[in-house]
Amino acid sequence: MRTQLIAESAATRLEGPLLFLKRTVEAALNEAVEVIGVDGRARLGRVATLDEQHMVIEVLESTSGLALAQTRVRFFGEPLHFAVGPGVLGRVFNGVGQAIDGGPPIAAVRRLRIEGLPMNPVERNTPRDFIETGISTIDLMNSLVRGQKLPLFSGGGLPHDRMAAQIAINAHLRRAETHESRERQNAEITPGEHAEQFAIVFAGIGLPYESADYFRRTLEESGALTRTALFLNLASDSSTQRLLTPRFALTAAEYLAFMEGKHVLAILTNMTNYCESLREVSSSHGEIPSRKGYPGYLYSDLATLYERAGCLRGHAGTLTQLPILTMPADDIGHPIPDLSGYITEGQIVIDRELDRRGIYPPVKVLPSLSRLMKDGTGEKYTHPDHPALASQLFAAYARAAQVRILAGVVGEEGLAEADRQYLEFGREFEEQLVNQAEARSLEDSMAIGWRILRAFPPSELTRLSDAQIRAHITEKNV
Amino acid sequence: MSTIARIRWISGPVLRAVTEGVFQMREAVEVGETRLLGEVIRIEGEEIVVQVYEDTTGLKPGVEVHGSGRPLSVPLGPGLLGNIFDGLLRPLAGTGSPYVLPGLRAAPPLSFVFTPTVKPGKRLESGAVFGTAGAAANEARSQKLLIPPNQGGEVIQVAAAGSVDEDAPLLTLRGAEGKEYTVAMRHDWPVRAPRPVIEHLANDKPLLTGQRIVDSIFPVALGGRAAIPGGFGTGKTILLETLAKWCTADVIVYVGCGERGNEISGVLEEFPELEDARSGRKLMERTVIIANTSNMPVSAREASIYTGVTVAEYFRDQGLHVALMADSTSRWAEALREVSGRLGELPGEGAYPAYLSSRLAEFYERAGRVTTLSRAEGSVTIMGSISPPSGDFSEPVTSHTKRYIRSFWALDVKRAQARFYPAIHPLQSYSEDVGPLGAWWQATGNARWPELRRRFLTLLEDQARLDRMARIIGKDAMPPRQQVVLACAELVNEAFLRQSAYSPSDRYCSPERQTAMMKLLARFIEQAEAAVAEGMDPGALARLPVYRKLVRMGEDLPEEALEKYEQLATELEQAFTRVSKADAHAADR
Repeated sequence: MRTQLIAESAATRLEGPLLFLKRTVEAALNEAVEVIGVDGRARLGRVATLDEQHMVIEVLESTSGLALAQTRVRFFGEPLHFAVGPGVLGRVFNGVGQAIDGGPPIAAVRRLRIEGLPMNPVERNTPRDFIETGISTIDLMNSLVRGQKLPLFSGGGLPHDRMAAQIAINAHLRRAETHESRERQNAEITPGEHAEQFAIVFAGIGLPYESADYFRRTLEESGALTRTALFLNLASDSSTQRLLTPRFALTAAEYLAFMEGKHVLAILTNMTNYCESLREVSSSHGEIPSRKGYPGYLYSDLATLYERAGCLRGHAGTLTQLPILTMPADDIGHPIPDLSGYITEGQIVIDRELDRRGIYPPVKVLPSLSRLMKDGTGEKYTHPDHPALASQLFAAYARAAQVRILAGVVGEEGLAEADRQYLEFGREFEEQLVNQAEARSLEDSMAIGWRILRAFPPSELTRLSDAQIRAHITEKNV
Repeated sequence: MSTIARIRWISGPVLRAVTEGVFQMREAVEVGETRLLGEVIRIEGEEIVVQVYEDTTGLKPGVEVHGSGRPLSVPLGPGLLGNIFDGLLRPLAGTGSPYVLPGLRAAPPLSFVFTPTVKPGKRLESGAVFGTAGAAANEARSQKLLIPPNQGGEVIQVAAAGSVDEDAPLLTLRGAEGKEYTVAMRHDWPVRAPRPVIEHLANDKPLLTGQRIVDSIFPVALGGRAAIPGGFGTGKTILLETLAKWCTADVIVYVGCGERGNEISGVLEEFPELEDARSGRKLMERTVIIANTSNMPVSAREASIYTGVTVAEYFRDQGLHVALMADSTSRWAEALREVSGRLGELPGEGAYPAYLSSRLAEFYERAGRVTTLSRAEGSVTIMGSISPPSGDFSEPVTSHTKRYIRSFWALDVKRAQARFYPAIHPLQSYSEDVGPLGAWWQATGNARWPELRRRFLTLLEDQARLDRMARIIGKDAMPPRQQVVLACAELVNEAFLRQSAYSPSDRYCSPERQTAMMKLLARFIEQAEAAVAEGMDPGALARLPVYRKLVRMGEDLPEEALEKYEQLATELEQAFTRVSKADAHAADR
């Protein structure tokens, strides 16, 4: 299958990342190639355009150092593939799937196309298994479920790395409530097996050395490194290669989830760097730019990555994605967070103001959202009153945010009594519920939620039923 | 069939091929061994430009392109209902792979029980009904069988009743020139051509959706067109799904155009469980899903909208009321933009091609309540969501769409963030069909509908104005008259406009219940204004037990308990009598 077709001295033109060749060999569209320059270095590329006499190779790495003469192109006879096996866990790879930890090459069980294939919606299982992350603002307010893609929308200098690492280490399934989903998936989950079945795939995309090192160290200290596959494309590495890094990582993740039956959490950081590379490559192709110079297909391109999360019918494993992106200038309307938000199933927004006030994790609850929360919470999954409690907290906190604006103008003294109550609630909410030093169980988070709501008279609690008010508010108030 | 062309140039989903025969513009073609579907989008001399609807990896110059001799068409038949298809109407179920692979095949014919309704010798016009088809396995609703538009003639022969395949010939007709041809249960129709009708009818009947803010405030007519713009997370998809579940259409065509796979799978899991309140049948039985998720090939996304509306027209022609949900039209416009960019066309506003507006018009104009060729009444109501970049409604897709739709349901980020759903903003939204639909409401138990609706809207308008003022002078400093407005507007928001899509008692609200709620709220507003004018503390309004009961009536007083609304009305009157007595008492002392 691995043909050794080589085109030599066929190059006619070099332009940005594009290499124009005379068509001296039979090549097919999207076929992977290696471009070997006079320096002897091999660069990955793919066949982008073909006509009867010529072909255009898109070189996926830097083209500097290439010359028209003495450039050799080796054709793989197929699109880019990644040879994966159970051995990927505990290993460190570069952005194009080559082991860089000094260990032997991994024993390949399967060779998979890195582009992946779109999951047939008919064959998807609706994600329903509630994952407890230990973070109240996620568990209680924006619940994460297995098979979801839930990004962290952050900004430069905010503790998104710490949060992502914490989630990766703490995340576990709530066992008591999983009977139904267990039946559905036909996969017995026992405590012993659980750690075994959990795997982390980490894709560092254009990451500074410190961040990459932080993740590696944190995972190592928690003992999770042995069930982690790290893919590192550092900030100093080729920027065009960045487009491949998440694809190699997700191919490994898909293999682990759907062929090895593991529950995989894929952390993709930083998607902003990915999009910047895409813009760079697009403009060097001379494509018509869309918003802010990003290509018009940014949405579709991001979708081919994010949509690889999910659960498949008849497969025990799941693939959950936690992409991290830094919003340029903290602007949630910037094309990168904007288009991501349209594809992902919600977002967790990290806020600079809360961070400045020393609140950790600084999750800004109002613009955060988990679209799959409705599927994985409530009676069958967490607690019957969980959705109503979350809804009431959202309503009250939204009101508190409004009152805060009001208080900013008229001063706290100028507020009506009811409004002052909301102002106080807003403070309590941030300091008691959002802020947390260590992981909390969902029950603990809910207890705090009920407690801070007790400041209100029942007439303000319009999202709770009379029974819920009786059970959690008035009786406890006595 | 089979004119052939050979690929000369290929890049991404676009290829150029040298022809060895005649190709037409917009002709459907098959490319290569896996017979990838494509469409001719440009002809230059002996060269055609083809847009391929699937992944083109592995194609090379010299590969054959086969012409089909006709435009991109889809097979329309009784097998559509209850099933899920890709953007080119190829079934997604039973493909044998968890992934969507290139080269999907058209739907294989299913079997249905044929019952003829015509005899030899009868003259049938195009679009006439010639029989019915029912499923053999269960007695799911039977569907009418139609002579394809543009055909017709004298019936020569009719097949016997019984179970037959969708594509088996059932009728032999002799056409105008004496030519004989056969008609089967299903027929092909080109997706980009509207199916003909006799005439368009006025939009004077509502499509009831069971959603209060839609039906009672911004209604949509049968055959109307609505747009739902909203930034991410404002609940477009949930709203469309809710409308698909509870609206009173006979058939739902749900087009998932460039959206999430998990959402489609959610619909697929939920719809077979839920029951249609009117027929008692599973919702899935009245639904056709067309799914082209965001990671499926982009060019097929462009076609999926036309496929959806063609399917909708097919059911309309059977004399049914069809609702088409398109989620999201922005993704479709982006597909248009992407293909246009590859062709090197001059970009217009926002890099969209200049013909964006006319394409949107072509799509929305296929909605309407009509007299079908078989002289029945049918309708297609289109509801499309829009995903404007950073929630900015001035962008090209939203602004062009606004020119062609009649109901505009603008979703608001602030409301969504407070988990106030549906997050339709009452002051930014509108419906142009309020006039004729108001007449319907007045004839259907709510004589004061136009007045009450206007009352609610002015109240909300006042609230927005007063809120701005409260920010400057503080709420307490406002005169009681204005404080009442704020309290009542809050009540209208919470009790009427907010409606949980997940609450079993509140996800659907019948016209009767909407009327009852509207009247109760209007009465409360009247009473509150009077009480405060007589000296009641406006701050006490929200503390009245009846206030909380009103806020929660949607949730606590379900459809089956309509009589409880009478009791609540009595309670409301008593609450204010008691207040005025207490005030009088206080004044005495």
